[in-house]
Amino acid sequence: MHRQVTWTKVLTPGGKWSGIIGRGRLVRLTALGGGANVSTLLYHADNPAERYNMPDTLKAQHTAHLTKGHVLMSDNGRVLASIVEDSLGWHDPLGAYTTRALTERRYGRSTYQELRNDWLRNARDNFAMELVRNGLSLRDLVPVVNFFSKVRCDAEGRMHFAAGHCPAGATVTLRTELDTLLIFSNTPHPLDPARTYPSVPVRIDVLPAEPVDPDTDLCVNLRGENRRAFENTWEYLALRRELG
Amino acid sequence: MSDFVRKESGLREEDAVCDAVIPAGEGWMRDLEPGQVLRIVDLEGNQAVDTLFYDADNPEDHYSAVQTIAAQGGIYLTTGSVLLTESGKPLVTITADTCGRHDTLGGACSAQSNTVRYAHEKYHMHNCRDTFMLMLAERGGGYSKRDLAPNVNFFMNVPVTPEGGLTFADGVSAPGCYVEMRAETRVTVLISNCPQLNNPCNAYNPTPIRLLIWNP
Repeated sequence: MHRQVTWTKVLTPGGKWSGIIGRGRLVRLTALGGGANVSTLLYHADNPAERYNMPDTLKAQHTAHLTKGHVLMSDNGRVLASIVEDSLGWHDPLGAYTTRALTERRYGRSTYQELRNDWLRNARDNFAMELVRNGLSLRDLVPVVNFFSKVRCDAEGRMHFAAGHCPAGATVTLRTELDTLLIFSNTPHPLDPARTYPSVPVRIDVLPAEPVDPDTDLCVNLRGENRRAFENTWEYLALRRELG
Repeated sequence: MSDFVRKESGLREEDAVCDAVIPAGEGWMRDLEPGQVLRIVDLEGNQAVDTLFYDADNPEDHYSAVQTIAAQGGIYLTTGSVLLTESGKPLVTITADTCGRHDTLGGACSAQSNTVRYAHEKYHMHNCRDTFMLMLAERGGGYSKRDLAPNVNFFMNVPVTPEGGLTFADGVSAPGCYVEMRAETRVTVLISNCPQLNNPCNAYNPTPIRLLIWNP
């Protein structure tokens, strides 16, 4: 069925955005060119000390990559968001995010003074600004999800960035399961060997989600671990909700 | 399976300025001065040692699993690995390692993650995240849950497959294996000697560790 987009925003190359997106919404990211990367942090809006936890997410689902059916778990055993659609099959949870030092080393030094708004921004500075905007600080930095990127590990544990993984038009859609503070940074993947700064806008669309059917929903039923994380989430909501 | 790189230390136990045994289920938190060397000994083998590091002069800049592995281009930690903060500052360098591989993707167990991974009935079981929080509470000085980022698991083996799978393999450590690290700055070390009973990370039998410190 057709669902009305309720909000849309384009992240320019190097751009950032943060905001609280209430539970029960779809958040669709669309790469408007090839080779996109969006480094993403997630916090529970009710209590941002609860946040996306990379190890808890990966070990519960026995995976080192993220795609449709996986959920992004908090460090309190709950689901912040589910991945309900994905045209790529692999998004990277291991590859970190860019810093100013890395960005200057790879692409050359650039300053606002010289280039005005075309200067080359980095994820750490973007996150610093958005964390502080939301009452948090750099101590709240944790491993990110790098949407649209793929990093494969070989038998020796070496990390290999998959060039050409993300074509123009690639999409991934999250469904918020709790009120979630999302912080997006449209900055290159730290392991992307390209010498020119990727110039790929990414569109964010927010739409209403259909109610979750616990019996048939892919993310709930992917494995027992997912169901128990949803049960923890529903328990939290039951305790918080107004008594009817 | 890759070859494990094992390197022995030249330091002598009798020269250590600190020598402590930490039973399973207990924690340890203290500062290292630059150049001091910390050795963690897996006394009985196959014991996971969950460890976090902070820049002691700026505790907001904590250990970063992903900055560390991205900078070295590989997910396993061993001799030569430099453990970095979120800002990229070196905290410690692993200088000796008779185990040969350590994990930094598996994180620390918690009551909540135990309910997700195993069963809701596991909620009561002791866990690393609780030990971390008790240590932070006793330390004071403004530390809070916000400072608990994903950690290192010394002596633990969590292989990633080329297809992107994550597995918890049997331990790669053995009685008496140790890992040694040199402080590159003033570093606060936070350890939970893991009490996990639900998976093979401790061979279902959590055991004590020994910690030694040498001056430069």
